[in-house]
Amino acid sequence: MSDVASDAVKVPAPGGLSSAGPAAVVRLAAPWTALAVAFSILPTIFTSGSALTMLSMMGIMIVFALSYNMLLGETGLLSFGHAVYYGLGGFLAVHAMNTVIHDALPVPLLVIPLVGGFSGLLFGIIFGSVSTRRAGTVFAMISLGLGELVASSSLILRGFFGGEEGVSTNRTKLLHVFGLNFGPQIQVYYLIAGWCLLCMVAMYALTRTPFGRMCNAVRDNPERVQFVGYNPRTLRFIAFSLAGLFAGIAGALAAINFELVNSAEVGAGQSGLVLLAAYIGGIGSFMGPVIGAVLVTWLEVMLSDVTDVWQLYFGLLFIGMVMFAPNGIAGLLMMHAPLWQARAYGSMLRLALAYLVALVPALVLLAGLILVIEMTYHLTVKGSEGTTISVFHVALDAASTIPWVAAAVLTFGGFWLFRLTWPVVGAAWHDAFAHGRAK
Amino acid sequence: MLELVTISTLNGVLYGMLLFLMASGLTLIFSMMGVLNFAHASFYMLGAFFGFQISQVLGFWPAFVVAPVLVGGIGALVERYGLRHVHRHGPVAELLFTFGLAFVIEEVVQMIWGKGPADYRVPAALDFSAFTVFSTNYPAYKMFELLTAVAIFAVLFTVLTRTRVGLIIQASLTHSHMVAMLGHNVPRVFMLVFGVGTGLAAVAGVIAGPALVTQSNMAGALGPILFVVVVVGGLGSLTGAFLASLLIGLVQTFAVSINLSVADVLRGIGVPPPASGVLFDVWDVTVAQIAPIIPYLLLVLILIFRPTGLMGTREH
Amino acid sequence: MIAPAVELIDLRKNFDATQIIRGVSLAVPAGERHAIIGPNGAGKSTLFNLISGRLTPTSGTVQLNGEDVTGLPPHQINRRGLSRSFQVTNIFPRLSVWENVRCAVLWSLGHKYAFWRGIEGLADVRERTETILEAVELTGRRRVQAGVLTYAEQRALEIGITIAGGAGIMLLDEPSAGMSVAEAARAVALIRKVSEGRTLIMIEHDMGVVFDIADRISVLVYGQIIASDVPARIKQDSAVQAAYLGTAP
Repeated sequence: MSDVASDAVKVPAPGGLSSAGPAAVVRLAAPWTALAVAFSILPTIFTSGSALTMLSMMGIMIVFALSYNMLLGETGLLSFGHAVYYGLGGFLAVHAMNTVIHDALPVPLLVIPLVGGFSGLLFGIIFGSVSTRRAGTVFAMISLGLGELVASSSLILRGFFGGEEGVSTNRTKLLHVFGLNFGPQIQVYYLIAGWCLLCMVAMYALTRTPFGRMCNAVRDNPERVQFVGYNPRTLRFIAFSLAGLFAGIAGALAAINFELVNSAEVGAGQSGLVLLAAYIGGIGSFMGPVIGAVLVTWLEVMLSDVTDVWQLYFGLLFIGMVMFAPNGIAGLLMMHAPLWQARAYGSMLRLALAYLVALVPALVLLAGLILVIEMTYHLTVKGSEGTTISVFHVALDAASTIPWVAAAVLTFGGFWLFRLTWPVVGAAWHDAFAHGRAK
Repeated sequence: MLELVTISTLNGVLYGMLLFLMASGLTLIFSMMGVLNFAHASFYMLGAFFGFQISQVLGFWPAFVVAPVLVGGIGALVERYGLRHVHRHGPVAELLFTFGLAFVIEEVVQMIWGKGPADYRVPAALDFSAFTVFSTNYPAYKMFELLTAVAIFAVLFTVLTRTRVGLIIQASLTHSHMVAMLGHNVPRVFMLVFGVGTGLAAVAGVIAGPALVTQSNMAGALGPILFVVVVVGGLGSLTGAFLASLLIGLVQTFAVSINLSVADVLRGIGVPPPASGVLFDVWDVTVAQIAPIIPYLLLVLILIFRPTGLMGTREH
Repeated sequence: MIAPAVELIDLRKNFDATQIIRGVSLAVPAGERHAIIGPNGAGKSTLFNLISGRLTPTSGTVQLNGEDVTGLPPHQINRRGLSRSFQVTNIFPRLSVWENVRCAVLWSLGHKYAFWRGIEGLADVRERTETILEAVELTGRRRVQAGVLTYAEQRALEIGITIAGGAGIMLLDEPSAGMSVAEAARAVALIRKVSEGRTLIMIEHDMGVVFDIADRISVLVYGQIIASDVPARIKQDSAVQAAYLGTAP
């Protein structure tokens, strides 16, 4: 249904300060100001403590996922070990915080993320000098190996990594400025939101520089890049180091938020999570990873309350996206951009209706799959706790046949009905785009 | 001392053979289809668990035959209905698909068998001591593992070089389009290679399961080492994979038995240990402790001095 | 006596046991338009790859403006003033036409790896990109994604990227391949315009294009140059005729 090359044939014209004047500046700053306003008022809408914690986690994940996309989406480097720079940033930040507290240095909490950034940059340069010698699949394997190297070292360097318990700190004990001690979560949220916005602006600005543009070029055609005078290796090395810098900032923000860093933060699981978040959101656009970060954080928190096997659902969602929507959620949205630009609202409405028609059997199919997974889980591992489970508030006994029959009906029936709706969506799609082009 | 060297050599060669059993399948799949199967170690794990489950019901020997076939079959289906579909989205998407697959397989295994180790035991028929090296008994099961690995390689080599199918596979390794135009069903060959490759990994799992531990984190522990093997050996080279497997197998096995620490070495040349700090940990580190990360150190060294691997070509 | 723009001295290239380039020596003076022709498989693209650094010679020397550049990587050779186009279009498919050309002007304008400077504000970049787009007549298509251009447009873009850096030495690999007569005529006019005052080495199969543009022609057969002269004399050369038409039995 979709392929990697974007359907949006027209690339937006470069705006910016070239066409000088106050109007241009306003156009440039408007989205960011709106974002700043949105960040500021979010806590007034979501006021509970757990909501604030989740918002804080989202802020951290946004910075982390954007830093990851500097590698994958912008430069074409697939890394399986990006958490190294995130985790090491966190570790250096906690150690810095503990040193500041211990020696009563006049350093406020607000600047601690800089320590994370410095750490990320330093290790990005060190490891990048070795990693960026190769690209593509080999680079991915190198990143995996380096990630394992650092994660395994955590068992040896117990002083730095704090062993199994990790290293903890107390963020309220640093220098208080403006009367803020950063004890309450709301203060931490604003600190994270502020740094998040700063990092977002910085990373976006990077894409609008000669370096940023050449990163896109080396992603698309590393060979041709050489023939216009650029060394692909240098481009990748710089991108790698800068991506490490921002990952380190994210790690420091996490250290501040949780007041604890342990070796899991440099591990393969964390690297996999940011990969999932960036990819599901969409690596082809700047805001894609932002969407992915928000969604993945939300799912991580919400799903883990509902089911023990939430990670399985994650994995299946990821595979589904790789197979059917490789441009992620942002990509799916951007497919509709031509309609929006042509203001073909009627067509869009009809398309939305077609989607709705297809959605119903899709949900049935999903329900069937969830039933199968949950019942299997309760028959095998959790069988010792009894085989009755509650799915969608309906009590079922996983050991009896009726729920299994129901699951089979839902799954196969749902799939069959879903297939029937595909031509409907296809037709609506063709109509919409025929109309759109005619305009 | 000599006993230690002999035992370590035997164990190291055995470990290397197991690694190569997996690395060979991985290399074949990569050379043929251009995709590095991130989930390769997961099929190894499936082999171990299927072997365990089947041996509970039917005994070890039926499991030894049935489990790899089942897992290879699953591999073929994955290629047919999953990987082939993703191929058009490019190499990054293919790698990510196999990454997602590894993730899902681990979750499913955890869901069904739990997080703890499975009680997969050496069959009674092989649970004796084959011979005695100096004062240590060398288990017959390990000899069985070694012999199985060698036998499989012999079969593989014969098939690849002396049968028609093998010839087609060799040709498809470098010229799949041409092979297709000659009328051969290249997609079916792909499915076969993927199935056999994953089946080989499963065999490694079935026989290694009782000796090493059978647990849901097996794939996560062995996977990275497997990829280090193919990068160090040179991506796409079977000979390189063989050399690298043996190298890493021997080095890791020997390292585990060396209790020399950094402090011992430095004290020998007159450097005193520091009182505290980050480096304090490093001083007491023994070679045995860093044995798990030696493959990764080797990876870094290869990347600095010979980036294309031991036997790699410039292309990959 | 100033050094030739491009000088090849006994250049050889082996792939395992096969000799593809068997001792090629050639001197192209600055400002000359030089065409390389020859039957398929003669090694013309390999020769280009050797000159531009994509391949390393087995033996022999490549000199640019008197400087030995043998074995240097492509980006170093490009920085020394040599640019090339490709037989199979080699553009940045996901970037727009404008961005494609812009990427090609950045290094020569000295911007290098600058990540501290916004690109939209760079007037020199904008002007040069605009100029190149006009030269290859793609101004109206500037916002289109390069991957969806028509074939002829992609070839024009290919040339645009090649000339964007202002290189003094241009290597064009079959620039008119796959074009209709009208398109080829336009391509010829474009090539003549952009190679004004520069050194041009061109691989071509279309003899019309060759005799239209070239000051001198070299004929490459089985990795060796069998003739190198002005077009009029090449037409008469019996060895060239034999190579193309075969000898009578």
